[in-house]
Amino acid sequence: MILDGKCPTGPLAEKWDKRRQDLKLVNPANKRKYKILVVGTGLAGASAAATLGELGYQVEAFCFQDSPRRGHSIAAQGGINAAKNYPSDGDSIFRLFYDTIKGGDFRSREANVYRLATLSNNIIDQCVAQGVPLARDYAGYLDNRSFGGAQVSRTFYARGQTGQQLLLGAYAALSRQVKAGTVRLFPRTEMLDLVLINNEAKGITIRDLVTGKISSHAADAVCLCTGGYANVFYLSTNAMGSNVTAAYRAYKKGALFANPCFTQIHPTCIPVTGDHQSKLTLMSESLRNDGRVWVPKTGADARHLKDIPEEERDYFLERKYPGFGNLAPRDIASRAAKEVCDEGRGVGPGGRGVYLDFSNAIGRLGREKIAERYGNLFEMYEKITAENAYEQPMRIYPAPHYTMGGLWVDYNLQSTIPGLFVLGEANFSDHGANRLGASALMQGLADGYFIIPSTIADYLARTVPGQASAEQPEFQKSQEQVETMAQKLLSIKGKKTANDFHRDLGRIMWENVGMARSRESLNRALKLIPELRAEFWENVRIPGSRSELNQELEKAGRVADFLDFAELMALDALHREESCGGHFRIEHQMPDGEARRDDDHFSYAAAWEFKGPDSNPELHKEPLVFENIQLATRSYK
Amino acid sequence: MDLTLFVWRQKGPADKGRLEELPAAGISPDMSFLEMLDLVNEELIRKGKEPIAFDHDCREGICGMCSQVINGIPHGPQKKTTVCQLHMRNFRDGDTIYIEPWKARAFPVIKDLIVDRSSLDRIIQSGGYVSVHTGGVPDANTVLISKEEADTAMDAAECIGCGACVAACPNGSAMLFTGAKVSHLAALPQGRIEAARRVCMMTAAMLKEGFGNCSNHYECEAVCPKGIKAKFIATLNREYIKAIPGELIKVRGKSGSD
Repeated sequence: MILDGKCPTGPLAEKWDKRRQDLKLVNPANKRKYKILVVGTGLAGASAAATLGELGYQVEAFCFQDSPRRGHSIAAQGGINAAKNYPSDGDSIFRLFYDTIKGGDFRSREANVYRLATLSNNIIDQCVAQGVPLARDYAGYLDNRSFGGAQVSRTFYARGQTGQQLLLGAYAALSRQVKAGTVRLFPRTEMLDLVLINNEAKGITIRDLVTGKISSHAADAVCLCTGGYANVFYLSTNAMGSNVTAAYRAYKKGALFANPCFTQIHPTCIPVTGDHQSKLTLMSESLRNDGRVWVPKTGADARHLKDIPEEERDYFLERKYPGFGNLAPRDIASRAAKEVCDEGRGVGPGGRGVYLDFSNAIGRLGREKIAERYGNLFEMYEKITAENAYEQPMRIYPAPHYTMGGLWVDYNLQSTIPGLFVLGEANFSDHGANRLGASALMQGLADGYFIIPSTIADYLARTVPGQASAEQPEFQKSQEQVETMAQKLLSIKGKKTANDFHRDLGRIMWENVGMARSRESLNRALKLIPELRAEFWENVRIPGSRSELNQELEKAGRVADFLDFAELMALDALHREESCGGHFRIEHQMPDGEARRDDDHFSYAAAWEFKGPDSNPELHKEPLVFENIQLATRSYK
Repeated sequence: MDLTLFVWRQKGPADKGRLEELPAAGISPDMSFLEMLDLVNEELIRKGKEPIAFDHDCREGICGMCSQVINGIPHGPQKKTTVCQLHMRNFRDGDTIYIEPWKARAFPVIKDLIVDRSSLDRIIQSGGYVSVHTGGVPDANTVLISKEEADTAMDAAECIGCGACVAACPNGSAMLFTGAKVSHLAALPQGRIEAARRVCMMTAAMLKEGFGNCSNHYECEAVCPKGIKAKFIATLNREYIKAIPGELIKVRGKSGSD
């Protein structure tokens, strides 16, 4: 298979305009004849459904939550980037593009990233027009802050709730279309299968999570906006419901899965305190604007931290990366934190934590200013840890966060299955091997508001509307398969809960496919995962029936997919004999411990094709061609 | 910690429902309230019993999905806290804890602690937005907004739509929720143009869904996990009074505004 990204030719800055000229249009009178399914209603899904509905298509939008306003994009705290250059500190579209490409360790597609940087400006305009209350200065202009991996202030924010406000903006736009009758909402439903007719995506099979009813929805195209899969680690910063099921089942139907091993470990999360923990909580990266990260210079220090004098503290990020200091990118900062903890200098219970200290900033700016900037984060920290971060430093540690891998898509966001489009975190395209802060929101909204409306039209214009119907045998067969799987899960009646298996899987993944991987650890994971999976199918216990609200059944289905997917992830990590971004192979590092990338052999997106449940997936490579930038060693020193 | 729970169990909307006594043993004070329930549920499953159904998702206090009345207070005893952010250190060893779903006519119970809050979505759908199309909007800095206005809008916009305000109100009123949205958009120039229409539509939707009216109990403000102020209900009322003449003139087919 030849993977063609279908990027337009010509100068970088003109590619998207050129593509838009070439894309076919659908006549306004014909738009209402086409039905589009949008799965997931986070930033990408809500903005896509709203815009497609507004254009006149019939849209059906699905989410597993009780309301589309609860997509996990809501939890994003720090901000959203745009190349507006309002502070006149030297920003430009090219600089945002370059920072994003470099931040992604040169493993993303040039054309996509440039388009993202360009559209970032439209996003800010759009959101402000919707009434999103982005922060303003006293003169009434929009305010900016800085974020990891950049030396300019290009991040727009709404206190510590930027994701929430942007999502509420998209949700409002979506609600307007629901009222207008162009979008039908299906909350509390879960997509369990993708349905293909003549090898094109023409619908989905869903479970109504309240009644348990399995049904099919036929359409002319499907958009997956189902987010990332960091919950494969069990403990992550993702919402409890975030899962890989929709993407994985599309993969089983022939959509290629790209770069699954690229997972981001976020440096500023609240450390794990015990086995009871169900998830990890992220503290916004923006805290590193004012917080200084340190550990004691010499091993575990029994003294109260206030008694540790300045000269006995190691501000390791400032020491190692003077150019970027505490704002070094996430993968770099995470690894540095792990390193000092591995040396036995970690703080807090279990020694898995480093200090994020605001005392300097409070001294410089006053407690009030810090409270204004980060107040809600400090409150959140206190609720979880019972510690007051104004009085003593926060303790933070890295945790699984965003996943850069996802279903492979071309420049039009179309997967290898015609008619299946993948948006936002669910696709692989824009962030390479590491995502810089404040760029996930940007991608979700760029894909949903501005890209998909143009590119999906091109597919639909070549498609006769209304060809698929839920009565077709393909849909019936899909329903039967979904029913059979549910029945099988319920019939096992074993001894362990779905959560037990998820926790065990998470442990395997964190230890062997986590922040640092080796050939040995990956091979171990590849041995342990199938064993655990086999046990799952013999020993999971799910109470209740399938024809009712059954949260254990929901969970078990998702864990089953994570158990399959975990293997793919480990396989991808094993084959990639280099270190880049969120993928660190201990065999491939510089003498000083920095990551060693291998551009000669691995400058490609690794896209995996499902070959059946008992066969290894097949690897396809999309070479990454860089015409406008020089591949450089990623240095933040 | 060892606790005794009395949990509302209800198989479905048609079931009558009852409080069930369940022990919760070996609870760490560092657990969140939902993690405590996870533990109880795992025990139930191992014993072959049905776990307690409850809504939750982000567990960071922001998605607004969790909804439990704990010892008579929506989201429990700690101020400005969602259930997922409530930690067991707020309770004492040996405590008895009552856990019930949101109770309001507009929130029918689906199962156990899960209620249907889609009525809140329908209030937003009735007009809780700025009617802007995607694209074709001016540069974000062409409309200046004073910091005070932006901050007021943000204070209101922080509402997570959890519905605790409704659950706490003796009238089952959604006026804090609706007031927050109306105030958020009315504070901004982009939202002013539709303000009169918006407040009338949203108020009508509230009534239609079966929410009661505000009679100044302030219970909503007391339980709101995001600290949304009851002053936004005053803003809602003010916006409504301002809107009535204009909207009436429109209804009578006359032109002009208030």
